[in-house]
Amino acid sequence: MLHSPVDRVAEATPHAIAKRFRGLSDRSLAWLFVAPSIVLLLAVNIFPLIWTIRLSFTNFRVNRPNAEVEFVGLKNYISILSDKDIWLTMQATAHFLIWTLVLQVLIGFSLAYLINKKFRGNDLWTTIIVLPMMLSPAVVGNFWTFLYQPQIGLFNYAIGFLTGADPSSFSMIGDVALAPWAIVIVDTWMWTPFVMLICLAGLRSIPDSIYEAAECDRASKWRQFWTITIPLVLPFLMLAVLFRGIENFKMFDLVVQLTGGGPGSITELTSINLKREAFEKWRTGYASAYAVILFVTVFGLASIYVKALNKVKER
Amino acid sequence: MTRFLDGLLHFRRGAWEMLASVLIAAGVVMLMQPFALVLYSWSFLVTLLGTVMFIIVSHFPE
Repeated sequence: MLHSPVDRVAEATPHAIAKRFRGLSDRSLAWLFVAPSIVLLLAVNIFPLIWTIRLSFTNFRVNRPNAEVEFVGLKNYISILSDKDIWLTMQATAHFLIWTLVLQVLIGFSLAYLINKKFRGNDLWTTIIVLPMMLSPAVVGNFWTFLYQPQIGLFNYAIGFLTGADPSSFSMIGDVALAPWAIVIVDTWMWTPFVMLICLAGLRSIPDSIYEAAECDRASKWRQFWTITIPLVLPFLMLAVLFRGIENFKMFDLVVQLTGGGPGSITELTSINLKREAFEKWRTGYASAYAVILFVTVFGLASIYVKALNKVKER
Repeated sequence: MTRFLDGLLHFRRGAWEMLASVLIAAGVVMLMQPFALVLYSWSFLVTLLGTVMFIIVSHFPE
């Protein structure tokens, strides 16, 4: 007499297979189920990482597969860490990273705070605001090059209209002083909705009863904001900063499409520079060392950030 | 400060994690600062030391 679905499955299993698996402990079965994922993880993540570390100590060039590969020790690391051009790309990345994070957090949180209020057309505005996030970075980079055109660009026209300056007197992506800000503006335009959505999830998770209790205690709106809203949204905000920080540290497509790293190399971020070393100059060993440096930096930052996030959650 | 040093001496996770975090943060700042090339040159070593330390000390007792 079979009662449960488990019994029926056991009965339906062919005898040969059932015999093979009979006697396996729960632990062995668990390993059996997890094994394909572990193999995939090792093949796709861990093996390339170990291989990259190995290559970083060699002079290997992928365009010369038959050339003899020599072990060069720390030479690649030393030449990267004493190269002024790479130091400049690190500074360009820092400028991009810091300003995009600051602007996206400020604007994203403000938008979420506004959208969280009940008003007519709330859903429509949310949809309109999140539209840029749904576009491809290549498309965004391409059409912002048109918006930044000095003669016909809408951005230049708007700035000219607001400030009285001649729209064709400045070029956002052709000027050394303005180009770093041009990429910050585009990334902020594209990814602020992402921060807004995460903040909105945080704001909507705060129960109304907490605000009602604060009202009963005659807490002002300002005090409610700083003692209820901010602490309860902070874990969400930190998560958004972590995601955007990691993404922007390895930003590539948007900036390549927009400025190609120029003018000169003023907007050449580390990932663009790394790609040039690896696939234009074909210095694979050198580029591997470069990638390891970036990996350790992101990994270290993410570690302390996750620790801080857990602390905030525990509070 | 005394508690922090005590934690370091007794291999407590909190104090050592704090030290590792400071090293990582210092390494990243050194990597991206625009002032001295020598700081940039030593940045990776400091970050690597902090990261390895962080991985090890996260297994220390609380």
